[in-house]
Amino acid sequence: MITKEAAPAAPAPAPAVPEPPRPAKRRRAWDEAPRWQIYLPLGIYLVFTLVPFYWILLFALRPAGSTSLVPWPMTTAHFEKVWTDRGFGTFFQNSVLVGVATLFMTTLVALAGGYALARFDFRIKRGFMLALLCSQFVPGALLLVPLFEIFAELRMINSLGSVIIAETVFQLPLSMILLSNFIKNVPYSLEEAAWVDGCNRFRAFRVVVLPLLRPGLIAVGSFAFVHSWNHFLFALMFLNNQEKQTIPVGLNTLMSADSVDLGALAAGGIIAAVPVVIVFAFIQKWLITGFSAGAVKG
Amino acid sequence: MAQAAAVAKPPAPPRRRRASATPRRLPYLLIAPAALLMLGFIAYPVLSVFWYSLRDYNPTKPWRNGFAGLDNFTRIFTEDPLFRDTLVFSAKWVFVEVGLQLMFGLALALIVNQTFVGRALGRALVFSPWAVSGVLTSAIWVLLYNSQTGITRYLADMGIGEYGVSWLSDTSTVFPAAVVADLWRGVPFFAILILADLQSVSKDLYEAAEVDGAGRLKQFWHITLPHLKDAIILSTLLRAVWEFNNVDLLYTLTGGGPAGSTTTLPLYIANTSVDAHDFGYASALTTVAFVILLFCSMVYLRLSKFGGEK
Repeated sequence: MITKEAAPAAPAPAPAVPEPPRPAKRRRAWDEAPRWQIYLPLGIYLVFTLVPFYWILLFALRPAGSTSLVPWPMTTAHFEKVWTDRGFGTFFQNSVLVGVATLFMTTLVALAGGYALARFDFRIKRGFMLALLCSQFVPGALLLVPLFEIFAELRMINSLGSVIIAETVFQLPLSMILLSNFIKNVPYSLEEAAWVDGCNRFRAFRVVVLPLLRPGLIAVGSFAFVHSWNHFLFALMFLNNQEKQTIPVGLNTLMSADSVDLGALAAGGIIAAVPVVIVFAFIQKWLITGFSAGAVKG
Repeated sequence: MAQAAAVAKPPAPPRRRRASATPRRLPYLLIAPAALLMLGFIAYPVLSVFWYSLRDYNPTKPWRNGFAGLDNFTRIFTEDPLFRDTLVFSAKWVFVEVGLQLMFGLALALIVNQTFVGRALGRALVFSPWAVSGVLTSAIWVLLYNSQTGITRYLADMGIGEYGVSWLSDTSTVFPAAVVADLWRGVPFFAILILADLQSVSKDLYEAAEVDGAGRLKQFWHITLPHLKDAIILSTLLRAVWEFNNVDLLYTLTGGGPAGSTTTLPLYIANTSVDAHDFGYASALTTVAFVILLFCSMVYLRLSKFGGEK
């Protein structure tokens, strides 16, 4: 903190002295480290990261009973078994439905709330912000029983709607804070200029602000999708019907069987990983910019 | 914080024509969906947990249900050794996990923040476990730790260790085994957040430091670390709360065993409510856990002087 505040003060006398031209040999950038200091630790860490991925791929692709360390001869038998016999086809559909619905609900509701927090002063704003922060300390896992009772009352047990609502609710607070920070970074004057040009507030928001929020929307939306895709306790509690279960619940069922079918478990794991890995590859670059713009600096 | 809020809003310039909705009501309309959802599905359940904590409430033994006063709480603090054991394990788990994740995450972020050939691919690969769920992490590490076909078999082939070792079912190895599995997934979280914050360090500071003859270690200590301070405090806190509350991984990887040696307090609570149907007692445990969490967070934020001097 001190450094940051001191920084603008320090260069104050500087402008009087014109900066001397840099000597050419200063080419070596300040942040340049010896190559081995980068590649060696990175390589070691990559082994730690990638071996588990390779392991599951190996078990999914090699025939049952094989102990070979390369997936050859290759087989798709595990995938076929898991997809049809163990119901992962159905689970996959359910998970996609939950993930996409959570994504849209979270983004829409958080966008509206985030806009209000960024652009207006209203009476309950401070209290509302405090509630958002406090909700971070509320463990969803510990609210399972009352949540179950609420959904039972609403006759939503065994309906994907219960899981969608629960996932959305627990995604909302952080998403809203994140998006409101993004909206704050868009100058209000841009919107006001659009009003002068005859846009109403909604149209001004849609035309001027929304396109600038792309990194934030991608960060929030992909978070919501990945979290709901991965999360498991709500689906485990609220969906008893096999037809309605999601992929993580299916994986858990495979794992808690008396004799675990390792090939099927591995294939199920790959199926669980594919969508999030695709999402991740797509958003990875946005994630860094998204966070540095929105999350960390209040 | 308070002054900042007061200063931040300059008096709004007089507007020509009010936009369609009356701005007085608009903010309330905008937060209404979020507020209603959170009231219904967070605030109400929290209140009902507080309410149940004062009652005997067990759907399988309805004849005993009724108001219990503080009985549940006395039972927690005087008659329940499991409460203390699981709380101690939770603290150990959170402390070790968050500490190691921060250390490795910081190092990783500093490395992939450098410019080098293959950086984009390197980043994508080391960050990728972030997207993997707790259950899938368990599945992967169950395969790795399997006593027959897991990694120990191949290590034994090479002459390291013995055949048939199962790290997850031995009380002396289960803790490090679970820690490593959770690290695999948790380190990228810190790395991503810290890398994001590293983007905003002014390069001028480093150049100035270089001119002053400060080495790379000094630059890290006096420029990078102070800059990252708030991000580190916030992310460790969020992560600690998350690690405390999250039960996915331990529930599926060890199930809290062997012999209850990896049961965290939330896992114990889940078992108490889901398996034993003792909702009243589970609610009292939840209340205690919530208070402990809130208290520790306050102390942490105060001690770490979050946000600089007031």
